[in-house]
This record gives sequence, C-alpha cells and structure tokens, in this order.
Amino acid sequence: MPKSLFEKIWDTHIVKTITDGPAIFYIDKHFIHEVTSPQAFKGLEQRGLGVFRPKQVVATADHNVPTLNQHLPIKEELSRVQVDTLQRNCAKFGIELYGLGHPYQGIVHVIGPELGITQPGMTIVCGDSHTSTHGAFGTIAFGIGTSEVEMVLATQCLMQNKPKLMRINVEGTLNKGVVSKDIILYIISKISASGATGFAVEYAGSAIRALSMEARMTICNMSIEMGARCGIIAPDEITFQYIQGKKFAPQGADWDSALTHWKTLFTDADATFDQELDIDASAIEPMITYGTNPGMGIGISGHVPGLQQIEEKEKPSFEKSLHYMGLEPGSEIKGKKVDYVFIGSCTNSRIEDLRLVASFVKGKQKAAEVQVWIVPGSKQVEQQAKAEGIDRIFADAGFLLRQPGCSACLGMNEDKIPAGKYCISTSNRNFEGRQGPSARTFLASPLTAAAAAITGRVSDVRELM
Amino acid sequence: MKAITTITSTAVPLDEENVDMDQIIPARFLKATSRDGFGKNLFRDWRYENDNESLPRKDFVLNDPKFHGRILVAAKNFGCGSSREHAAWALKDYGFDVVISSFFADIFKNNALNNFLLPVTVSESFLSEIFKAIELAPSTTLTVDLASQTITLNKIKQPAATEIFDINHYKKTCLLNGYDDIDYLLSMKDEIAAFENKSNMHARTI
Ligand code: SF4
Repeated sequence: MPKSLFEKIWDTHIVKTITDGPAIFYIDKHFIHEVTSPQAFKGLEQRGLGVFRPKQVVATADHNVPTLNQHLPIKEELSRVQVDTLQRNCAKFGIELYGLGHPYQGIVHVIGPELGITQPGMTIVCGDSHTSTHGAFGTIAFGIGTSEVEMVLATQCLMQNKPKLMRINVEGTLNKGVVSKDIILYIISKISASGATGFAVEYAGSAIRALSMEARMTICNMSIEMGARCGIIAPDEITFQYIQGKKFAPQGADWDSALTHWKTLFTDADATFDQELDIDASAIEPMITYGTNPGMGIGISGHVPGLQQIEEKEKPSFEKSLHYMGLEPGSEIKGKKVDYVFIGSCTNSRIEDLRLVASFVKGKQKAAEVQVWIVPGSKQVEQQAKAEGIDRIFADAGFLLRQPGCSACLGMNEDKIPAGKYCISTSNRNFEGRQGPSARTFLASPLTAAAAAITGRVSDVRELM
Repeated sequence: MKAITTITSTAVPLDEENVDMDQIIPARFLKATSRDGFGKNLFRDWRYENDNESLPRKDFVLNDPKFHGRILVAAKNFGCGSSREHAAWALKDYGFDVVISSFFADIFKNNALNNFLLPVTVSESFLSEIFKAIELAPSTTLTVDLASQTITLNKIKQPAATEIFDINHYKKTCLLNGYDDIDYLLSMKDEIAAFENKSNMHARTI
C-alpha cells in the first residue's frame, strides 16, 4: 500500500494499538527546558520513578533566561529558581544539560538541528508547541504538555491518536524580497489560525524543495499557528548535507546505514491525503500581520480588511483585535510607525536569518527612534555571527546584539515591549500581551523587520533593495 | 485523580473565538515550579486593569457576579497557541471542571484531559443556544454526563435540549475510573523495552 512520509514514520513507532483507542507511540528524542519540566520531574518523584531513557533526553535553558550579562547570576528570583531546578533535575536523573554558559546553549528548536541531534525518521517531542520545527528534517515532531513530559520521562512513550493528513504543495519561484517566513504567513492567512487543527501537514512542491534547511525550519515551526499537530518535509540531499559533520550526526558506517534509511523517507506517488492545498509561490509578497492571531496576515502592499469583508459573526472579535492593535479597518499598514524591532525566536534566529539581515543593513543606519534587538537562537549562532563580522555590521547600524534565548518572543524574562508600543517581530505569535502586557506585534520576515529598523516604519523591503 | 461522572452546574459564558493560551495564562506567570495556585492568574490581563488586582475590569465575564459555576463556555478554537499545561491547571484551580466549545485546539484538549478537566465539543448551533440561554437567565444549568456522553441544557421554563458529544473510548474509561495515561504506560514498560530491542534508532522497523 502506498504510504505518506508521515505514515512511514508513524507506523514504525507504534508499540501497540489499543482497540478503539489511541496507540502507544514511541519517542526517539525528548527535548526539555526549564519552564514546562519542573512539575513533570516533581510528578516522577512523587511516584518514586526514575527517567526511563535519560540518554534520549536533552535539556537546555532558554525561555526564561536573561539575554544580557548571562555570565552573572540571574537577578529575578523565580527565574533563577526555575533554571536551578532544571540543573538539579538533570544532574539527579542523568540528563545532558546545555544550560547557561554552555557553548551549546540556545533555544531548544535551534540547538537540536544545529547539533545534529534532530535526524530524519525520528519522533521528537518537547514541552513546547514549536517542536513542529524539527519536522523540516522529515521527523514527526510535536509539542506536548507537562503531564505528557512526565509520561515520556517515565516510559519514553505517549498515548497518541493518529492525526488526519494534509499536504500543502507550494509550486513555483519566490519573488525578490520574499522568504520562507512569507510563505508560511501566507499559508496561515489563507487557511486561518485553526484551519489545520487535527492534521499533520506535509509541505511539498518545488518552492519547498528549493529552500535551505533553515528556511524549511521556519515553515515547519509555524505549523502550530494554523492548529496543526505537526509539519513535515521529506528529507533530501539538502537535508543530508546539512546534517553531515554535525556534532551528533552519525559517522562512518553508521552514517551509511542511516542514509540508506533516510532515503526511503518520502511520500509514495499514490499516497492519499485527507486534504490538499495548492499554493502558487509567485503570488506571495512580503507578508505582515495586522491582528492578534497569526491568521490575520496580509501582503505588505495590502490593506487591513474593511468591515464589509468580515462575516457578521466574526465582527466583534475582528473589531476587538483592531482596537487592541490601534488600527482602522481598511487602512494601509505600510507606513505605520514602529517602536521596536525584534529579530529572534525559534522561527527566525538562525545564522542565515542574521546573515540576511546583515546583508541588507550593511552600511545603513537604524531610524533614530527605533530600538532594535537581535537575539541569536543559540550560543553557536552568536559565535558564528561574531566570526563573520556580522556583529560589527549590527553595531554600526545601531542594533543591539543580545545573548541567546526566547526573549521578546514570549516576554517571560525582562525583554518586554512596553504597553501600547508597536513591535515588528520575526517571532511566531501576535497574541494580545504575548510580547508584554498591551504590547502590539506585527509578525514579519527578518527582511521586512530589517527594513522597518532602517525606516522606522512598516516598509516594503522590495523598494529598498 | 478524582473520577469524572456527572456534573450539573451553572456556567460562565466567554463568547470569544480563538482564546489563546497567552490569554488563559500569560507567560510571566509560568515561573512557578509547582502545579498549584495558577487560578488567581487565570485570564489575568482580561481580568484586571494594568495588572492590578484591585482594578477588576467590569466588562470581563469572570468579574460579573451574575455568572459563576464549574463550567466555562467558550467560542470556537479555544486553547490555541502554546503547549503550556499551566492553562489547564489555571482553569481547574479556578474551579472549572468542564470547558465547552465548538472546537478545541489539539494540545489544549490533551492537557485538559490529563488534568481531568473535561473538554466538551458541541455543534455551533448548540453552542449558540447555550450562550443565548445563559445570557437570558444566568441561573440556567447544564448537565454533563460522561457515561452517556450527553450534555443537557436545562432551560428555564422550556424543554431541555440535549446533544451527544464525542470522546474516545479509552479516554472515557480513564476519566470514569480516575486513571491517567501514565498509569497505563507504566504497566506497559516491558512491552516498550521489547519494542526497543526489536528496532534501532534509525529504522524503527518492527
Ligand atoms: S522562541 Fe518563542 S516560540 Fe520559540 S521556543 Fe522560545 S518561546 Fe517558544
């Protein structure tokens, strides 16, 4: 029987299926971090259990760490306790920790791939919804809650129901100034913030195959923003080249046998999907969101929808959202003043993102009133940026290069956008208060964010290239 | 955990679509290392002006003395966004045992079930009937019966309306008996180890 990529991986990870119920689903790799793990460890202790397969667990501190002066003790007490608790739990249960100060520390979804821990065909979970990022390597990867973190720590398994399958085919070539972030914002704007709930989404088509690994990760990362359980892309030569030579990549004979297996990981020609969607890559322009969910996105030259375009039932929430954002229905978004620019998060904080921004801003200066924060996704990204002189380009432009962490993506540490201020952000969520109470977020690509940093306004980067 | 059987209660209507996890419990309250006490920060930024507990927002339904009960009724796509289980803990700690909506985000639904907070999915039309009935008469009660998988709107001076809701058989058994997934998985450890021996990391072929 022809199978999809998702099914091939799914089928080989089922320990047992309960009649009329979920399957016992085996997890190859489990990433943990300081925020969603403490209660899981506490649960284990209360039940008198150990960690079943500690070698398959990797920990880092990212959500709640400061992004300046990381060499100093964390000032805020609750955050410090959380980070210390992670360290204690990892030591106690024999889990490898890339904590603050470690050369591999960084946002969990950045370090897994860059260390070669994430490999095709695996099943990966983490107590974080953007675990979908790892799907870019041809893995089944999804976010879980803390009770599930506890289950995986205790048994390396979860109870799972098989999701429905959707394929999104993106064909054609991207226009100048359009990058992978624009593809995914475009898709979400088409199918809405709940349009893929209950589905595993495979991204396919020539436009996806043409993307680098880092660009593919950006796409899979935001699968959860349309409700999908996970996103997945078939591994290919680009994937294999990316992994080869990475710290934890298989080597020698192991590499050969891994490669043989990885090359079987694709969707068979006759495999069927519950739903398919075709996207024309050439129709996409640089995207920006205007509202308070990631489905509220438009092309940069477009207008916020007018009230007459909104269904009667949706009007109250649409109006509430625009009120929060301080925007008028039908208004242009280009030219809106911006107070902060945040380039970071597991969506867009990799070295390619920083290179892209640097190549655009080189020799330019930020607008006087704008604050620009660049937060690299990991220690390795930070080091690489310094080695390539990208840090100097940012310093010359007036950008502040901070240290790795989630930072203003979720405003859990002190990196918050003040109430009422506008931030153009390369992160993945524009929910009310996400970047700080009453902060207003425009989601966009690193390039569009860089353009706003230079002009101080929402700008069409194509006019500045 | 305590088994779920039948719950009859008045309900709190939150007629908002796409209520995301950041609204249910903002990230700045996720610094705790225990599961307790999240209820006081439930819907924090919708509940209070400027994060100030002495300034409750009058227009937010949790602050409206007319409405109370163990059931929260919300509009479509409740619990989207983050994976934070803290949202389920906050709802439960505040006193909710059931959340009703026409559509739940995946991870929220799992988290809720793992905390014996019952997510009940109803049709759009039944949902609007519930909203209308509660707005009209806040003392209206709902009865959720897990064994028969029914939800009943006990309208005042009108015939009751009932709908059947879906829940998978396995989960239902767990909830009715007070088991959780972890108990079951722990009982399967030998099979899990045998599975590991049959397969390797790169090709989990059985
Ligand atoms: S960067 Fe943002 S989205 Fe990514 S893991 Fe951190 S908080 Fe979550």
